Amino acid sequence: MQRTTREEGWRAKEELLRKLLLGGLAGDNVAYQAFLKELTAHLRAFLRKRLARLPDEVEDLVQESLIAVHNQRHTYDAGQPLSAWVQAIAKYKLIDLLRRRIGHELRNDPLEDDDEFFSTADADAAEARRDLNKLLDELPDQHRLPIIHTKLDGLSVQEAARLTGMSESAIKVGVHRGLKALAARIRGGT
Amino acid sequence: MKTDDLISLLATGAGAVEPHAAERRYAKAMAIGAIGALLVMLSITSIRRDLADVVMLPMFWLKVGFVASVVAASLFAVLRLSRPGARIDWVPRLIAAPLLVMWAIAAYVLIQADPSERADLFYGSTSAYCPFLIALFSVPAFVAAIWAMKGLAPTRPRLGGFAAGLLSGATAALVYCLHCPEIEPPFIGFWYVLGMLIPAGVGAVLGRALLRW
Repeated sequence: MQRTTREEGWRAKEELLRKLLLGGLAGDNVAYQAFLKELTAHLRAFLRKRLARLPDEVEDLVQESLIAVHNQRHTYDAGQPLSAWVQAIAKYKLIDLLRRRIGHELRNDPLEDDDEFFSTADADAAEARRDLNKLLDELPDQHRLPIIHTKLDGLSVQEAARLTGMSESAIKVGVHRGLKALAARIRGGT
Repeated sequence: MKTDDLISLLATGAGAVEPHAAERRYAKAMAIGAIGALLVMLSITSIRRDLADVVMLPMFWLKVGFVASVVAASLFAVLRLSRPGARIDWVPRLIAAPLLVMWAIAAYVLIQADPSERADLFYGSTSAYCPFLIALFSVPAFVAAIWAMKGLAPTRPRLGGFAAGLLSGATAALVYCLHCPEIEPPFIGFWYVLGMLIPAGVGAVLGRALLRW
């Protein structure tokens, strides 16, 4: 009985998150932000459980996974379960981290599958150790300026283009490539 | 940066995403790969002169059909392997199906043939270089397919590299059909498959390094 209720709970959660993401993919930025916010708590719980021995890594990996979800959001197929998609991304980033830092941990820490991804949530954020602002500052101008103007200062693409003297398409491409470059820097460094 | 700030950074001005990204990327990659294979082929050899006669033979179409089925199966595979969490349980069966059909036909041809002719049916006259030409023709398609996959989200990089390699090998083999003088099923079932497996093997070995995202 209790199990059924819990199952209904995470199914409802999955449906809600899926609606928010599909809204976001269609251009609704408010829905998209709500999706990322909700997702973060689940990501954190998922990763904290699996990184029990590396608690300091959790928040960094939450941020890295969020960037991955964002950069790869075009690979979500509306017909597939959202939990499977998100979980595969989080697991990929988790394995990437373990491989990067402690190869042997991979063999000792079973990464079991469970489809109850949305049954646990953790809204209690620890401090991230990696400072994304610093990584952002290291990006070349054609990536950094579009991100700072459109994403941090909230300017429109046209305004950012006028301010920087870049073309509108260069701004759009710069944001896109810049976030990919940011992910690459996270992968490459520690 | 706090995680909440990252969330607003990512969401601000995120905008709509064009649907069918994977399909569009692979369509582009395959067009580039096929044209690339054709150019490589024309630069070192030529289209067979009797192509107009050969297209009348059912065996020719059996060969083309086989290679096209491998293209279709590996295309299905790369689409699935580019998408996190997508089910891939049908992938091995779909790739095995055209192979098993081809091998059954090849076995039948060999059994029916006079023992003295079997070696010719298997080795043809070009077995010494056929697989290497297919592998060589597949280079542009290989680069394009890996590019397409890397821009998506392959979470199983070895399998992904294998599938992308097989797709490029099969695309190259399809172009190679325009040149290749062989049409006997025992030849196709071994030497063509070997040629397609070379880029697939390279993809599996390099997958982890090439497909990180």
